[in-house]
This record gives sequence, C-alpha cells and structure tokens, in this order.
Amino acid sequence: MSEAQTTARVVPDEKGRFGEFGGKFVPETLMNALTELEQAFEEARRDPEFRKELNNLLTEYAGRPTPLTYAERLTEALGGARIYLKREDLNHTGAHKLNNALGQGLLAKRMGKKSIIAETGAGQHGVASATVAAKLGLSCQVFMGEEDIRRQSLNVFRMNLLGSEVIPAVSGSRTLKDATNEAIRHWVSHVDETFYVIGSVVGPHPYPYMVREFQKIIGEETRSQIQEMLGRLPDEVIACVGGGSNAIGMFYPFLQDESVALRGVEAAGLGIDTDKHAATLSMGRPGVIHGSLTYLLQDENGQVQEAHSISAGLDYPGIGPEHSYLKDSGRVTYAAITDAEALEAVQLLCKTEGIIPALESAHAVAEAMKRAPHMSPDQVLVICLSGRGDKDVLTIQDALSDTQEGGVQA
Amino acid sequence: MTTIHQNRIDHVFADRSRKRFIPFITVGDPTLEVTYKIAHALVEAGADILELGIPYSDPLADGPTIQQASQRALKHGVAIKDALQLVVKLRASGMEAGLVLFSYVNPVFQYGIERFFADLAASGADGVVIPDLPVEESGSAIAAAKKHGVHVISLVAPTSQTRIRMIGEQATGFLYCVSSLGVTGARTELRGDLTDFLKRVRESTTAPTAVGFGISTPEQVRTLAPHADAVIVGSAIVREIERYGEQLQDPNQCDDAVEKIKNFVHQLSSALQ
Repeated sequence: MSEAQTTARVVPDEKGRFGEFGGKFVPETLMNALTELEQAFEEARRDPEFRKELNNLLTEYAGRPTPLTYAERLTEALGGARIYLKREDLNHTGAHKLNNALGQGLLAKRMGKKSIIAETGAGQHGVASATVAAKLGLSCQVFMGEEDIRRQSLNVFRMNLLGSEVIPAVSGSRTLKDATNEAIRHWVSHVDETFYVIGSVVGPHPYPYMVREFQKIIGEETRSQIQEMLGRLPDEVIACVGGGSNAIGMFYPFLQDESVALRGVEAAGLGIDTDKHAATLSMGRPGVIHGSLTYLLQDENGQVQEAHSISAGLDYPGIGPEHSYLKDSGRVTYAAITDAEALEAVQLLCKTEGIIPALESAHAVAEAMKRAPHMSPDQVLVICLSGRGDKDVLTIQDALSDTQEGGVQA
Repeated sequence: MTTIHQNRIDHVFADRSRKRFIPFITVGDPTLEVTYKIAHALVEAGADILELGIPYSDPLADGPTIQQASQRALKHGVAIKDALQLVVKLRASGMEAGLVLFSYVNPVFQYGIERFFADLAASGADGVVIPDLPVEESGSAIAAAKKHGVHVISLVAPTSQTRIRMIGEQATGFLYCVSSLGVTGARTELRGDLTDFLKRVRESTTAPTAVGFGISTPEQVRTLAPHADAVIVGSAIVREIERYGEQLQDPNQCDDAVEKIKNFVHQLSSALQ
C-alpha cells in the first residue's frame, strides 16, 4: 500500500486533477456532498476495520482473488507471445464492476446513507450495485438508457430480481451518457439521503480516484500472480476502455514498472473514420463531461456527440480523466477495435479457451490478436478479461446472423 | 477611446428598494427570430434582466422542460455565436435591460475563455451564469470577466452550508440563490427552510441576491420577494413557449402568441412589488 499511497498523492492532486484533467465541474448543489465523500473515503481507506470488512467481502463473497489463466490454445493459435487472462469474468456477478460497487456500498453504509443510485451501460455495474444493495440492506435505483435496456434485457431482469428498480433514461442517445445525466440529476435532487455509486473512473473528484483505489486490486493480484507463476513481470498488458475502470485497475499497479507496456483499447464501432464509434482518446479533444475535464467526443461548438459501439459498456463519449493524463504522458498507449474485430475475438476465445468474453473484454482480446503474433514466444502478454459474455449472447447472435454471408471465421 | 458604460446588472441593482424580475428563455427556441421578439416582450412585461440560455446537449442542471427547449434549439444548431449575435441585435434595437447569458461550461471552454468574455462584453451582454463551474474551478473565467467588465454570476444552494460565506464574499453582479435542490423545473411547493437559507445568504454577501429554480406562480414570487433582491423564473416561461410553439412559428399567429406569453410573464413580474 505504501508505494501506491505515494503515487496517489501525486495524481490526482488535492483539487482532483490528473495533470490538467479531472476536477469538479458540477452544480453548486453537489459540491458539499463531494467534499463529504472525499473526507469519508479518506477516513475509510485508512481505517483497518473498513479495509478488513471490504477484504472479507472480496474474498468470501465475491470470490477473489480471481485466477490468472494461461491461455495455451489461444497462444498457439496466434503463434507469438504467451497469453495470460486475468479472469475478472469469474468475479461474482460476472465482471470487475463488483470490486468497486462493494467498496462504495460499504462506504455508503458507513456514511449512514440508506439508498444508493447507480448508472449502467451494459448492465454490469447496475447488477453489481443491485447485488451490493441486497447484500448490505440498502435500497437501490439504477438509471439505464432505453436503448441499453433493449440491448441488455437479461440484466434488467437480474436487477429487478435483486430487488432494485431500473429507471429508463429517455433523453439523448438513450445510452450510458444519458443514464449518467439522469443519475446526476436524481442525485442533485436527493443529495442529502442518497449515495451515488459511480461505476467507472469518471465523474467529478473524488470518483475517478476512489474507483481506481477500489479497482487496483485487479492489477495488484495480476502482478503478484504472474511473478509467482513465471518469476517475472509481463511485457505487455492490454485492457478495454469505456469509462476505463478495469483498465485503470489493471494498469495502476504497473505504472512504475517501465518494462511493462500498457495498452488501452477503445471501441472503434463501425470504424474511427465513420461517425459511429466510441474512440474518445483517438478522435476526441479535451472537454467537460459528467463533472470532469477529459477527452471527449464533441462537435466544434462543444456539444457532446453520441458514441457508438456494439458493446454497451464501451458506448460512451467520455473517458476517465486519468486515462487522458496517461495518454498525454505517453505511459499508456491506446488503440481502437471495431465491432467486427471484437466479434471475431469473441469467437476465437470461445473456440480456443472455452470462455465467452463480454463484448467489452473482447475488444482487449482483439487487440491481443493483432499484437501477439508480432511478439516472441518468450514474451508474456496479459489480457484483462473484464467480464463474461453471457449477457451478450443475444447481441452476438444477432450480429453474427447479419454477417453470416461474410463467413466470420474463428 | 470610448468610455466604458456602467455594467447594466450593477445599474439595475443600484436601487435596492425595488425588487427585480429576471426571466429565463432558451435562445433559438423555437427559432432565433422568435427569441428576439420574446426578449422584447419580456422587457415590456417587466423584466429587469434577461437570462438567455445557450442550448446544450447534456444540460445536467436542467429538468425536462429546459432539456426539451435545448433540444428544439439544437435542431437548428444554435450556439454561443448565435446568442452573442442576438445580444448585439437586441442592443441595436435599444434594449436597456441587463442581459445575462446562461451556458454550461463545455461550450465556453471550446469557444475559448478569453475569447468568450471579450466577445460577451463586446456584444453588450453584462454577465454569464455557468451552472457547472463552481467557485473552485472558476479562477480563469473570473479573471477574464473582470478584465472585460462583465460578471460571472455565482450560484449558492441550500446544501452549500459552510460554503455560503466563501461564495458570498466573492460574488459580483448578483448571487443566484438556488431555491430548491435538484434540477430546474416548475414546482408546486417550495422548501420550508428556504427563507432561512436566503437570510443566511444575505448575511454573507454584499452582492444583490436573486432567487430561482422551481418558481412558477405569482404566489411563489410574492412569497419570496421580501427575501431577495430579485426573482428568477425559467421553466414556467419556457413551458409557455413550448405550448405556443406552433403559433410562434406561424407568421400569422406569432404576434398573438408572443402577446399571450407577455401577459403570462406580466402576472409573474407584477407579483413582485
């Protein structure tokens, strides 16, 4: 913890800035709540009791640590670097999202809040929040874009089954961005009694920092697992980026390891040369979204543009401010993968490893498919498999039947 | 060299014995031409300062009424430059009321902070409200505003608590007191502790205070008038504009519709005195 604490003091600074990015661009009504949250989080993370309670939940409830799996047949199929998968898909509820939801849920309880709200894209953070609410005895409302409700009906049912209410966001593109707008509007109206559990490293300070702290367990585990297995660090680590919480969680503990290349993968949708993509870092420029200064897909007047990705979890025109900082500093490089490439990756991972990845995570797999063949067999590449794909099978089925004649191959 | 005239917001509040009325409308809803007409009607109906909203794709602090007005205006691509041109036109037609733009922070950033305040002042506007730019983030905006003789209007909310003093001390132009938690939008009931909040704000600032968010009826205006220097009404007026949307865009019916909106606003403003 000591090394991480030193780094945490550098970014973000006391104003919540990662370099020029981050900050608190929110209505005055929320400012006091953010200060309270900042104080409560700082107290909690230093409190051994809080850490113990969270660790117990992470091990005995969520099933951590998640395994690091050697992907032998995928490695053979690609014929290059040895590939390892960090299995966040085996975390309870099927994605890394629970790590953060448990942390924030415990914090909500500690602050005496009885109800939590959350935004969700693919539904994974909504399900994680609903799960935590049930486990900790809190009431929970989840804001979800109408378009995503359609794409992810199974997750909507899951949230209901877990006792949460799903509230459709009907403004704008009716996806994650609009769900977040609605969640913030609700929070402004009910700020005294409600805790807003943000699902990614986005939003005003202290959220990007707090969510990173709850997610960095992914990279910490990976770092010690690979050292135990191979006695060395990986050469490259790849993770998908929507808001960017699994990527930050994976990358953060490796930031000081200069020999480890870190690569984030955005959604290129139908292609970054079209207007249907979610490649914020590749195609956007700095602006303010959801309380934070960060790269943003926007038009020349500063109006936020709608993003597109087959993966609801990556379908977001902003990105966590720390990613903007890491891009500009050059420590992390970012690529973009199209819908079609992600679908190919889904099929390859299914057939070689018997793992159905979430469409989000398939973007990281697809980037590995491009990189691994150019690496040597004594090099090691780790993919953060952020979630499982059960929620996506209908979307995948639809997409594959559309491209049938193209003969998508595995 | 031209002499710099007094900022019209300061001029309006030079006499604090009179209560002031500040209506809000969205620029370009339903069209820029109609906004020009409505702006004049609002002044005829008793407005002392107009708040002109620049439409935004993601208006976090606004409820459904103003969100939809924004969407209508964005359909014809209305942006900061259009709002500035509207101000130029209004001033050219002799309008003497205070003119305050309302914009979310991102369009201002993209326009460029220095350029925005230079153009704002040159257009004849007197200030800007940026609802998602809290005091902590407003340093460069305030510096640019000061340089050009216009105001960045600060907001203070019932949840501001210990922040009230800090915000009150640096407020210029007027201090926008958020009368209800949550987003903009007409409300049937106002908070019971609102007058306590307004009292605390007035004790912490020398700036004039204007109360708004959720005020929609003459009764509410009458109740709040003693506790602030001005009352702001937005969504209730935008709702009327929405209601007459079709007539406003029909050359034969437009003037009648504007007259109806003027009468509605007059009822609100006349409840002040």
